[in-house]
Amino acid sequence: MEKKTGRIPFAYKMLAALLLLLAVFVLAMLVGAADTSVKDVWLALTSKEAGEKLSMIREIRLPREVAAIFVGAALAVAGAIMQGMTRNPLADPGLLGLTAGANAALAVTLVFLSSVNYFGLMIACFIGAAAGAALVFGISAVKRGGFSPLRIVLAGAAISAFLNAVADGVGITFKISKSVSMWTSGGLIGANWSQLQVIVPFIVIGIVVAMLLSKPLTILSLSEEVAVGLGQKTARIKAVLFVVTVMLAGASVALVGSLTFLGLMIPHIVRAIVGTDYRFAIPMSAVMGGAFMMIADTLARTITAPYEAPVAAIVAVLGLPFFLVIARKGGRASL
Amino acid sequence: MIHPSLIRKQRLIMLALLILIVLTVVVSMGLGYASLSFDRLIPTLLGQGTFKENFVLFSVRLPRIVITLLAGMALALSGSILQGITRNDLADPGIVGINSGAGVAVSLFFLFAPIEAGTFIYFLPLMAFVGAMVTAFLIYVSSYSRKSGLQPVRMVLMGVGFSMALSGVMVVLISSAEREKVDFISKWIAGSIWGTDWPFIWALLPWLVVLVPFTLYKANKLNMLSLNEPVAIGVGVSLNKERVVLLLAAVALAASAVSVTGGIAFVGLMAPHIAKALVGPRNQLFIPVAILTGGWLLLIADTIGRQVPSSDGLAAGIVVALIGAPYFIYLLLKK
Repeated sequence: MEKKTGRIPFAYKMLAALLLLLAVFVLAMLVGAADTSVKDVWLALTSKEAGEKLSMIREIRLPREVAAIFVGAALAVAGAIMQGMTRNPLADPGLLGLTAGANAALAVTLVFLSSVNYFGLMIACFIGAAAGAALVFGISAVKRGGFSPLRIVLAGAAISAFLNAVADGVGITFKISKSVSMWTSGGLIGANWSQLQVIVPFIVIGIVVAMLLSKPLTILSLSEEVAVGLGQKTARIKAVLFVVTVMLAGASVALVGSLTFLGLMIPHIVRAIVGTDYRFAIPMSAVMGGAFMMIADTLARTITAPYEAPVAAIVAVLGLPFFLVIARKGGRASL
Repeated sequence: MIHPSLIRKQRLIMLALLILIVLTVVVSMGLGYASLSFDRLIPTLLGQGTFKENFVLFSVRLPRIVITLLAGMALALSGSILQGITRNDLADPGIVGINSGAGVAVSLFFLFAPIEAGTFIYFLPLMAFVGAMVTAFLIYVSSYSRKSGLQPVRMVLMGVGFSMALSGVMVVLISSAEREKVDFISKWIAGSIWGTDWPFIWALLPWLVVLVPFTLYKANKLNMLSLNEPVAIGVGVSLNKERVVLLLAAVALAASAVSVTGGIAFVGLMAPHIAKALVGPRNQLFIPVAILTGGWLLLIADTIGRQVPSSDGLAAGIVVALIGAPYFIYLLLKK
């Protein structure tokens, strides 16, 4: 495995991944519930011509694909950071209490403000996600010398269990389990430009900072002692990386619901391709995450068109074969 | 050599837990929907109760109490074993696919099988058990390789992969089902104690009677397995054999517990951590504490859940997370 990694330069792999992303993007733009031709898509993207099909492509399909790319990239990078920092192959961004917080907020909002609209629910999810993450951090930081990865992971697991229990309890008591689970697995239905304007800057900043910190992250992923020994200010770097993770995952959760297993899966796949150096793994995760999310979303809106299949289910079922192959092949390369 | 004061501490904690369990059992016997006052408890237990009192105590409350206690113990033991053999703090019975497998099997059965009132309550746990076992078997087969045996990292990843895919299947099932059915399924998954009759105890007790002594007998092996691999081999542990045997024990315990209680994973994650926080990481010391903690946690959760004035209480799995998580966080802060 490692020998092969050395043979093909990273640049080629990255190029191949980018080409894959482009190919998926073209495909995703072409297929859908409405019939569209290559010419329609081309005109919609390059000209200012008006027309029903063109505006459908510009206002519905394009924002959705852009959202898929950004959300996928954000979740994958957040996952890579979490796994590197905690040195735990099971870590995903959901462990920071984001998903569970969003679920709990969603369930409570659906019960007590049942007249709330789509945008209101999204805001509620975002607040819930932030509150969940704040709880996890608060608890890990109270102790002196806080931010030990193990403690964050455990606190995150406990808080997540707690908030999920709140969500389940509310859901079952008020008989809205189905609405909650449909919303959290809902995916990118209704992604539009105004949502993207809010969320994309967070994701871009997050990914850029993650790339800047990828070298210290690689050292940190070896061991804490090594990092300190090499003169790294581990506490500060970890704090920044956690903020980045929350930004990335929080923005995605607000947009698509619980899809954090994308964040668990992609880094494992990426590490099998480019190895454990995060200078390579983070950009690769971003590209692969975007491509994967777009494939899943395209499938979700085409297999039962004109209805939508839950994208969470698609990601999970589609991801398994990849994941099985990778995990079998590279028991070691996994972390 | 274990320090005598540590052993004394462990004995004291065990004693305290036993007293707590007895107290909770008594309180639990006296509380509930039908009235059975506390001063009638002892006469009824001694066989001097009225028909109604006998019925409430022996046919309704006692079986439920015993089941809950046993299931909690089984889950805690299973979690302890899994955390030991995988050397992962986030391991719980969920990672061997127990919950997701049982969940899918129950949903399929509930949605598609013809329901006959008489046999339904016995078939549901059976299906759950079969589903859990099949999933665990699949995970085992796909993570075992003839060359390197059973690698914990690979097993954990496979487990997560399968759980993810199965939860995707769940979403698909739920999205096509009716509201009321979804409510029933999500209640089952949240861990409302399902099997509350004497026969279900026989589904659970034999496993515990055999596997608790067995695990304690293997405690030292577990200690070595949780060191790193070269050390374990160096002191003469047959890594592969021990892992497989212990894994089988953990799967059997968790599957039998989940089949009667519904999907409760949290006890399996938290009880071992609580026990480790109390008496340290030596398996022979913390496993008994973990077993008692697990049983007590689930019992008290169910007792509280039954008092909630909704149609039929709040699922024990939810209550246990609501109580267990804050306590776990308190321990985390104190340590």
